Amino acid sequence: MTDRFAFAARDNAAADKPVENKPRWAETIAVFSKNKGAVIGFAFLLLMIILAIAGPMVSGYTYDGIELSRQNLPPRIQGIERLGIFNGTLGDRNMYEAKGYGGSYFWFGTDKLGRDLFTRFCCGVRISLIIGAISALLNMIIGVAFGLVSGYYGGKPDLLMQRFIEVLNGIPTLVIVSLLVIVLKPGMMSIIITMGLAQWTGTARLVRANTLRLKETEHVLASKTLGTSTVKILFREIFPNLLSSVIVIAMMSVPGAIFMEAFLSFVGLGIPNPEASLGSLINDGYQSMLLYPFQMTIPAVFFALLMLALNIIGDGLRDALDPTQRQI
Amino acid sequence: MNTVNDNILEVRDLKQHFRIDRRHSVKAVDGVSFTIKRGSTFGLVGESGSGKSTIGRTVIRLYAPTCGSVKLNGRELGGKLTLQMKQYLTGRVQMIFQDPMASLNPRKKIIDIVAEGLDSNKPRGERNELVYAQLERVGLSREFAGRYPHMFSGGQRQRVGIARAIITDPELIIADECISALDMSIQAQVVNLMKDLQTERGLTYLFIAHDLSMVKYISDYIGVLHMGRLVESGTKDDIFQNPIHPYTKSLISAIPEPNPLTEPHRISRVYDAPAQGIVYANGTERYLTDTHMVLATDGELETWIA
Repeated sequence: MTDRFAFAARDNAAADKPVENKPRWAETIAVFSKNKGAVIGFAFLLLMIILAIAGPMVSGYTYDGIELSRQNLPPRIQGIERLGIFNGTLGDRNMYEAKGYGGSYFWFGTDKLGRDLFTRFCCGVRISLIIGAISALLNMIIGVAFGLVSGYYGGKPDLLMQRFIEVLNGIPTLVIVSLLVIVLKPGMMSIIITMGLAQWTGTARLVRANTLRLKETEHVLASKTLGTSTVKILFREIFPNLLSSVIVIAMMSVPGAIFMEAFLSFVGLGIPNPEASLGSLINDGYQSMLLYPFQMTIPAVFFALLMLALNIIGDGLRDALDPTQRQI
Repeated sequence: MNTVNDNILEVRDLKQHFRIDRRHSVKAVDGVSFTIKRGSTFGLVGESGSGKSTIGRTVIRLYAPTCGSVKLNGRELGGKLTLQMKQYLTGRVQMIFQDPMASLNPRKKIIDIVAEGLDSNKPRGERNELVYAQLERVGLSREFAGRYPHMFSGGQRQRVGIARAIITDPELIIADECISALDMSIQAQVVNLMKDLQTERGLTYLFIAHDLSMVKYISDYIGVLHMGRLVESGTKDDIFQNPIHPYTKSLISAIPEPNPLTEPHRISRVYDAPAQGIVYANGTERYLTDTHMVLATDGELETWIA
């Protein structure tokens, strides 16, 4: 009599499969590794890290070995030279034979003092990565802690903390570095401290704004009514929900830090010679860009790729940490 | 059950003022008194901004009351709370929130959301079993425990919210507009679930809503709130069969009738306190019967009853 509804597909069990209860980190890695761009970016970053660690050992040269007889040699790489590129010619002349280095190979060429650019590049990557990573880390730790406390407690503490940020923002970075250099030697330490002092204010403001919004949401209120401690509310309820914007900021701050370091090197407050950083390599190469374009192009290209890789990794990480972005 | 004190919650002259600046403050709740009997449902109704949610949040101490007394099982919870009293409160009063999306942290799994109220040092296995039990009690499958809130519908999320509230085995649950964001059929399901839980566990509800027909269905006692004051309170019958205060009458007259023939002829009574010369500050609480209270002056009461 009655036509009852029937399932069109017999097997409906698939629709309600239990979701595997994997731990958070396993889920995150699974989602991250599905993102091809992020994996490629991560592979590139790993390659750079390996170069930074092992490069100087395999090159056979030192980063500060000056040899004026071999200055400004163009790149020459075994094997590839037969293809007509990276064969050590500038114009039509093979510079290696002209200068009497027929048996030598400088993969990225040499600079105006005859130092091996590949070794210098590897050392430069090492220093730039350290500066970028530590300053991003400092930026995140100080900025997040400051912003969380300022936004969550509100009232008088918030007022004082915000005025403090404004005062700090009012001091030009260059002044801070110059003062620091008086106290410390110019070098990595003073640059990292400068970054630590200069960059976190933006993060702190962003975190504070998000915290102000999040602390009024019902899930935070629910946690309060359940008697959860303030520390747990801050780090379990509020922090995970502003993580995505913090990751984006942190990833942006790495190139920022490396550029800043390049600028400081340029005005003589950065990494002192003969040590190298990506920024100072590009700066040095830039001075003879028209005669020896390879001196600037190679570090600049790797620098750009590194920034690209970091941004893609940041995006992938943000999506991987956000459960709402996941497909079942 | 303690027969001497069968009032689970006694609120006396509760005031909640929010400071805007040095000169101004908002009197969200301005001298409200009511009692809730153990095992009953107290419905709190009123228009937006009348202070319903504020009362709920003050009772559970999301806000510290400006003044007044809140007694839970005869223990004073107004004023400053000691850590011990705070724990006492947390163990016995829980809350179900309005927005089923916003009340669940999107970054946490259902199992962790529901388990939040449990003591954090509870062993993992026992904790998980308790969560599964609650989930199944509110009509969700235990397979849902590993999922995230965004994978659920509104009704399911509200069930998660209920599971989270009942896992600590509270005595009083404050339901703050907990069905307003759901559609009609889901509202019915959720309300039925809440009623079942009430009979099963002897729960007491402070049910905050603006939907009078739903309040009529679920409540034993009703308080009508306007401008931060309780203008009338009583049993369900007191309020619906014998409304005295013109604001209550106006609210009841605004309920749409399901009958399409009579609905066009329904007359909504307009309530305008200043125009009718009603000043709440002048009124005092007058009891018509043991349960039926109206906020009025002598003159007002006479004209309203007449």
